[in-house]
Amino acid sequence: MRAITIISFSELQPNVALPSFTKPAVTKMQLVQYAQASGDLNPLHTDDDFAKSIGMDGVIAHGMLIMGFLGQYVQEIAGTESLVHQFNMRFGAMTKPGDAITCGGVVKQLTEINGQPAAELELFAEKAPGERVGTGSAVLLYTNPCN
Amino acid sequence: MDLDKSMIGIASEPYSAVVEQEHVAQFAQAIGDDNPVYVNEAYAKTTAYKGTTVPPTFLVALGSNAKFPLKLDFKRMLHGEQEFIYHHPVRIGDKLDCTMTVTDVYDRVGKSGTMQFLVLDTNMTTADGALVAVSRNTIIYRQAQKEAK
Repeated sequence: MRAITIISFSELQPNVALPSFTKPAVTKMQLVQYAQASGDLNPLHTDDDFAKSIGMDGVIAHGMLIMGFLGQYVQEIAGTESLVHQFNMRFGAMTKPGDAITCGGVVKQLTEINGQPAAELELFAEKAPGERVGTGSAVLLYTNPCN
Repeated sequence: MDLDKSMIGIASEPYSAVVEQEHVAQFAQAIGDDNPVYVNEAYAKTTAYKGTTVPPTFLVALGSNAKFPLKLDFKRMLHGEQEFIYHHPVRIGDKLDCTMTVTDVYDRVGKSGTMQFLVLDTNMTTADGALVAVSRNTIIYRQAQKEAK
């Protein structure tokens, strides 16, 4: 996971694609751990029998776990130079155990907030090419430029 | 009960949440996020954060015990969108005073009829009154008759 190349602010340009990364496949154990850590104890995410009783094939991942993956990605891109000022995600298709989520994005534009350089990013998380489980955006605030 | 604009402004009782190191570590581990900025103070000091902070989505793990005066039907609720706005870094040990407020209610017509949206903002402030972060939860509130499938 440290494999992402940290991008310096000086290298960011509008429409530049950010390096993507792929998480290990989601496991049922991970859903139990995330349920405990997040406090979201909905059995839809941890109990196959319950999930089947409401018409699902089995448990599905918490949407917020997928946003957590995208958050990991954003924090990685923020590196040492910037702060995550804003971050959002709209939830798309469901993620099931066994799905490996790939995070990616593009630089939308460079801007300024209160006189400090900032980068607006467009982000996505997908379980297969084009199968989006989430789309979002982030604003990074570059308060610690490395010279 | 359907939603309407008169609900805008309804707020939870204030509650407080403490950011605990063990909780942050457990949360990052569940995601598999091994960024040292959450645990390694020496590294974190070299970053824009100037000290350890929390994963960007950690704030959702703090807000689960809000007492909210709206009676919503959980079976009709879908989490549509989540947003975090950070005005200052959140620190391990912070005691955050939180209030959840309905900030918007709106309809949108889609393929399966009219859907209602409810926007809930949780404002988090430190003891000195500084607004540190906002966690914004947009809920899709499905029509009652759609719930039986």
